[in-house]
Amino acid sequence: MKKFDVVVIGGGPAGMAAALGAREKGATVAILERDTRLGGILNQCIHNGFGLHYFGEELTGPEYAKRFRDKVLADSGITVYLEAMVLSFNEQKVVRALSPTEGLLEIQAGAICLAMGCRERSAGAIGLLGTRPAGIYTAGMAQRLSNIDGYLVGKEVVILGSGDIGLIMARRMTSEGAKVKLVAEIMPFSSGLKRNIVQCLNDYNIPLRYSTTVTRVTGKQRLTGVYVAPVDEKMQPILEKEEYIPCDTLLLSVGLIPENDLLSGTGVQMAAVTSGAMVDEYRATSVPGVFSAGNVLHVHDLVDNVSEEAFVAGRAAADFAKGVLPCGDTVAVIPSDGVRYALPQRVHPGEGKVKLYFRVDKVYKGRTVVVTSGGKEIKRKKPLVMAPGEMQNIEIEKSLITGEIKIYTEE
Amino acid sequence: MEKFDVVVIGGGVVGTAVLRSLSAYNAKILLLEKSSDVASGASRANSGIVHAGYDAEPGTKKAYFNVKGAAMFPALTKALGVPYRMVGSLVAAKEGGLPALQELKARGDANGVKTEIISREEILRLEPNIGPEITYALYAPEAGVVSPYKLTIAQADQAVVNGATIRLEEKVVALQKSKDGFILRTEKGEYTASYVINAAGAGASEVNALIGEYAPMETHGVGDYFILDSKEAGVVNTVVFPLPDEKGKGILVGPTADGNVILGPTSRKVPHERAEENEVTREGLDLVREGVKRLIPAVNLRSVIRVYAGTRTAVGSDFIIEQSARFPHYFMLLGICSPGLTSAPAIGEYVAAAAAEALGLTKKKEFLPLPARFHLNKSSDEEIKQKVAEDPAYGRIVCRCEKVTEGEILDAIRSPLPAHTVDAIKRRVRAGMGRCQGGFCRPRVMEILSRELNVPLSSVRMGDKGSEIAPYEVKEGYEKV
Repeated sequence: MKKFDVVVIGGGPAGMAAALGAREKGATVAILERDTRLGGILNQCIHNGFGLHYFGEELTGPEYAKRFRDKVLADSGITVYLEAMVLSFNEQKVVRALSPTEGLLEIQAGAICLAMGCRERSAGAIGLLGTRPAGIYTAGMAQRLSNIDGYLVGKEVVILGSGDIGLIMARRMTSEGAKVKLVAEIMPFSSGLKRNIVQCLNDYNIPLRYSTTVTRVTGKQRLTGVYVAPVDEKMQPILEKEEYIPCDTLLLSVGLIPENDLLSGTGVQMAAVTSGAMVDEYRATSVPGVFSAGNVLHVHDLVDNVSEEAFVAGRAAADFAKGVLPCGDTVAVIPSDGVRYALPQRVHPGEGKVKLYFRVDKVYKGRTVVVTSGGKEIKRKKPLVMAPGEMQNIEIEKSLITGEIKIYTEE
Repeated sequence: MEKFDVVVIGGGVVGTAVLRSLSAYNAKILLLEKSSDVASGASRANSGIVHAGYDAEPGTKKAYFNVKGAAMFPALTKALGVPYRMVGSLVAAKEGGLPALQELKARGDANGVKTEIISREEILRLEPNIGPEITYALYAPEAGVVSPYKLTIAQADQAVVNGATIRLEEKVVALQKSKDGFILRTEKGEYTASYVINAAGAGASEVNALIGEYAPMETHGVGDYFILDSKEAGVVNTVVFPLPDEKGKGILVGPTADGNVILGPTSRKVPHERAEENEVTREGLDLVREGVKRLIPAVNLRSVIRVYAGTRTAVGSDFIIEQSARFPHYFMLLGICSPGLTSAPAIGEYVAAAAAEALGLTKKKEFLPLPARFHLNKSSDEEIKQKVAEDPAYGRIVCRCEKVTEGEILDAIRSPLPAHTVDAIKRRVRAGMGRCQGGFCRPRVMEILSRELNVPLSSVRMGDKGSEIAPYEVKEGYEKV
């Protein structure tokens, strides 16, 4: 059986950064990537806006991916298996994968780093009503068809949901000559980045209606139109105000779900809000030697944050494999009052700093974020605006941790 | 004009069952299907239940073919490699429902079906999640679940292996009696037949009208369903029905043969012109939610991966399975609603025998089996290793949710009845049927279809004509990466 200190599952931005992080610590690394090349979903994100934080310049998705890929491929300490789909891993950290060239592959890992990314919520998951014609796509599927395959899915478009991929696709399809008639968002705010609403919708005069949803679709073979209606406070559509919009395409940008199917039966403790694993500041899960980073852990807004997080996980995984990862008791991080979730969910008291990432539940202007530990305030911060679509962070001193950490907002 | 001994109209589970049984005889046989694949009507979207047979009125065709058909399923599905499990069924009743259960049991006894009325304690052993109000149930241990479209497809495949011809996208538009048989005209061609079998499902009355046979009033129904993620599979073990009412067998909760959980159906009447409608309605889904709550309240509706609607067509209260009196070599199958799926294999044998007798057909010396297919998630490590060594395509996973390899998709495309649409592949190998509903694999399946059929990606369809998925090329200047 092949052996590596760290086995990284997934070769997207998180997987590549985790591998490089593990290499910094001198570990031997294998990346198992199911696609034909490294880079993950970045490969189809041909728009720019990546890397502003991490590289201090604006790159396209493929460019951002290439910077990491070049480093990974140049590093003889990293073995990359392409078209290798991981089927399972067990308590002994034996990872089972299938690939056309290797067949059934079993690898003994010293530590495992999960970096499988996320998937899009489907029409089925939201219970889309009406007929079942061609013409309904998740935004990412339409993005792949246009940017990798070179084919456009339709000409008259309605987009349900204002997630970032939906916003990006509104602009992309417009530039291909399609007419985007409406972006409907069921919430009173967008789950996407402000800059995407400005650059992808406003700049092209594409209307965005909040508190509005698609109530049903029509068409036998191909979509012929959608009904939209405003929703009340309980998110129920007000059907008397239903309105018909003829279109041949409905794109769904209604949420991303961490792809943690591999974890069923492994005992890794999951967090209900994020649909990812519960982790400490090293991104260690509840199962020793299993780490998680990137969109498989929680859905990020910026790839820069993914890379940063995955470096942390990769370094820690290498330390674990060498038996030098700090361990000991942790304190819980409990979000409340406007903070939807905070990550990591557990922190070790001690030396150094730790960044708490969090998301708020609605748009807040001039509201303060407070962090307490053992009942004492240890940090506060007053951002101008906080929106659910944009991940926030706040850094705390670990030496100030004296007990349970609470993170919340206040006036 | 092509000449056939027997032409079957309609490629549903009944039509393909007839075709399969007929393919055991020395005869030139043809099946005409108007859609782009078999199993495109009622056979595509139904509950997938192999009914034990207690529900049908004793003495009816429904009772006869149900009981006979159900007994055929274990061997048939094994031979065809179709997912089937004898999971048993419960009709769950609240306090006061005992007389109704006893009535059902009496019917079961008359039909020769093994059933038993069990107490709440016994129900809990079978269904730990049963609703708190349920006190008694009629348990039918021999009820089962099957994949209705896979059965239809496998029947079609085996018929083709045994020499049958299937023509897709050929709707019969004219049918007339000739001197020594029949002349059938479709949108694409003309055929003669010595014997014609009308298994056109929702269109059967229309086909009858073409030749001048009586065209009875049909009642068309639509039922809404939920499919849950396979991770919810443990919530229910048997097929759990409420007490049946005038509308039908009611909203059930059960496992599917492929390992998901199915909830539904409702029963909405629609006019004939909307007989093939597949519209999912808000009211329908609400009714299913309500119904399910009473039976198995633990069902997690947050794990829904698909909602859809299926159709069914009834004519009166019983199946019409009879040779025409006016046209002796014309056989009619009308109103094959529930338990039509269960009855189909028995109906197939019966009708094929009737045609064979009428034409004096003899049985072939050999009835060829359907070669076994490789399925990654049903194979041992040794089998997988060997298969990937033979052909690396079996090591390339395309559908990550259902673990379907490129090799399996190629097998579907190269089937006896080839799959040439995304939906046809989905129904054969489950690519796109998992929790992401094709989010990742659909473009990949399209790429494989485009390559294998040697057509541009823009003409790859979801199903029937007009369902192209990505019909336009992006602007000039695009280069293949």
